[in-house]
Amino acid sequence: MAKREIIKKRVPVPERDPKERIKDFKEVKLGYTPQLAMEEAKRCLQCPTAPCVKACPVRVPIPQFIKLIEEGKFVEAARKIKEENIMPSVCGRVCPQEIQCEGACVVGKVGDPVAIGALEAFAGDHEASVGYEKFEIKEKTGKKIAIVGSGPAGIACAADLVKWGHDVTIFEALHEPGGVLVYGIPEFRLPNETVKRELEFLLNMGVKLELNFIVGKTKTIYELLEEFDAVFIGSGAGLPYMLNIEGLNLNGVYSANEFLTRIIFMGANRFPEYDTPVFTGKRVAVIGGGNTAMDVARTAKRLKEVEEVYLIYRRSEAEMPARVEEVHHAKEEGVIFKTLTNPVKFIGENGWLKAIECVKMELSEPDESGRRRPVPIPGSEFVLEVDTVVMAIGQGPNPVVVEGVEEIRRGKKGEILVDPETLMTDLPGVFAGGDVIHGGSTVIIAMGDGRKAAKAIHEYVMSK
Amino acid sequence: MYKIVSKRELAENVDEFVIEAPQIARKAKPGQFVIVRVTVRGERIPLTIAEKDPEAGTITLMVQRVGKSTYHLSCFEEGNSLKDVVGPLGKPTHIENWGNVVAIGGGLGLAPIHHICQGVKEAGNNLTVIMGFRSKDLIFWEDKMKILADRVIITTNDGSYGMKGLVTDALQKLIDEGEKIDMVICAGPVPMMKAVAEVTRPHKIPTIASLNPIMVDGTGMCGACRVTVGGEVKFACVDGPEFNAHEVDFDELMNRLCMFKSLEKVAMERFQEKHCGCKRG
Repeated sequence: MAKREIIKKRVPVPERDPKERIKDFKEVKLGYTPQLAMEEAKRCLQCPTAPCVKACPVRVPIPQFIKLIEEGKFVEAARKIKEENIMPSVCGRVCPQEIQCEGACVVGKVGDPVAIGALEAFAGDHEASVGYEKFEIKEKTGKKIAIVGSGPAGIACAADLVKWGHDVTIFEALHEPGGVLVYGIPEFRLPNETVKRELEFLLNMGVKLELNFIVGKTKTIYELLEEFDAVFIGSGAGLPYMLNIEGLNLNGVYSANEFLTRIIFMGANRFPEYDTPVFTGKRVAVIGGGNTAMDVARTAKRLKEVEEVYLIYRRSEAEMPARVEEVHHAKEEGVIFKTLTNPVKFIGENGWLKAIECVKMELSEPDESGRRRPVPIPGSEFVLEVDTVVMAIGQGPNPVVVEGVEEIRRGKKGEILVDPETLMTDLPGVFAGGDVIHGGSTVIIAMGDGRKAAKAIHEYVMSK
Repeated sequence: MYKIVSKRELAENVDEFVIEAPQIARKAKPGQFVIVRVTVRGERIPLTIAEKDPEAGTITLMVQRVGKSTYHLSCFEEGNSLKDVVGPLGKPTHIENWGNVVAIGGGLGLAPIHHICQGVKEAGNNLTVIMGFRSKDLIFWEDKMKILADRVIITTNDGSYGMKGLVTDALQKLIDEGEKIDMVICAGPVPMMKAVAEVTRPHKIPTIASLNPIMVDGTGMCGACRVTVGGEVKFACVDGPEFNAHEVDFDELMNRLCMFKSLEKVAMERFQEKHCGCKRG
């Protein structure tokens, strides 16, 4: 094929005005129109080596689907993606493309990388608007598989297993399915409707879903093994880490999980129309520098009562684990960044949070994570008056699922230990993947694990 | 799903619901609780399992009308269904044959106490139950407790029934009379549990309290229910709900229970306006 000319500038993805969008929870990005998508697709060089594919945890055939978009074959493009990733609308929105596919894009070496994420979301959304095509289901095997958790790992695992003719049941602890996609990622980044339609598609394929079912409590892993030929644990990282400093239990101090669950999962932003309340006061501080911290800060910004939102992070902006795009959006929306700042204690009055005592930090030599270690500057303490504080400093796997299951070994942070090839635990027939084996990671890595485990589960149950 | 098999009013503002939940009934152990969501827009409310019937596939819950969600729940009748019931949650009570056990329940605290007492008796203990109410007309489950316990002492604040005074007065009396008590288990309003702990502390009587903090998911995900026990932060939903009463920071628990009070009032007022036709409104 003739060598293409490099178009350095990316076709921008239309976004809502920050002043307007902070008034509601609707999606910030409007997404490409067919015309814009086709124009952006032209920027792909169709490299035969496709470094972008190699940088994708699930190896989506990126040049191929982009070619189809360029040709106006949008539904075909979505189906091409779905050969490797069943949730293009979700991954196009929440994957950290800048360090995966787009980070490896050849065009990116001289200009903006091709907007692979935005094109993926466009293809997924387009297919949804015209209706999904059911995929072919192989002959029934009669094998029963239990999936613990309806988040990205469980969804991906269930999709493959049902395709291969197995009888699949997903057990979800909460009253709505979707896992972190619905309780942890706000709608302005990932609309619930998008998650819902992907799940509906799965259910239409024959996957069964049991809500309000806590594996480890309602039934144990052992009991599941009596009924099912294999079990996949994709229960995520639901256990919030907290800063163990003075004042932790004052009223007004939340974990990110509680804050987000109340608002985006239980509807506290629509209180009292919805029953779950959230108290914020006028000034909210968020502690952390990851995507969850950005999600919390931007969520707080959208609440009517809230006037100021501070983001407190102990390193500098360069070390923030959050996506650049999220940092940019948070700033556009007026979140006040207090970097190189660390909370020392929460100051209360009559049991309620009044302020945070902070200390300024400076960066010294790199630590084991490779990032420069922050150290407090003596005498730089100051007091920041706030009404609420939300800790978004990470989370670990929830132990409830495997409590009392001695055969399943766990690591220092509570993560389930598995065979790296098959993702099987030390308890035969029980597999695990996603955040429950990594601690906190990404949606796409969880989906990749789900698919990897599905393959191993298929081989395991068919050889039994 | 989660059909209400029967419902009756136990006392003013307290209802008893028997709910179809076979999977929970099969697994529920003393001390455990469920999370209930009344409607699609409802909040998640933790309620202790007062009793279970694995054969019938039902669990019994006791609900005190204190706010919007519980008032709304009290509008539900036999044959209606609840949106969600999930459980059993929390760690079961650690029960041994201790010898002489005194179980103390104040008002709605009788829900956990009843289920725990079943286990305490099964383990072969000698059981005294102290039940506290404000007055005679608020008393419920006296018959059930009498079947279960070796001795039942009822206290009323106004003296209209049983012993006049508080549950702690009855407990203090037993101690003063020289009765050997090996274990005290209590559940009820926070000031009551705190007072019980203070009565038993000087006598070094092991005391367990079943706590009732605010919860959202009830599975260790949100940390709304954190309590300080022995100087350490615990999640009542997964580490509890029962803890050594002598180590619990009850003042902090009481304060945390007030976190959403102003908003709860807003929800209640709005509910009363909208549901004026309902007999509870």
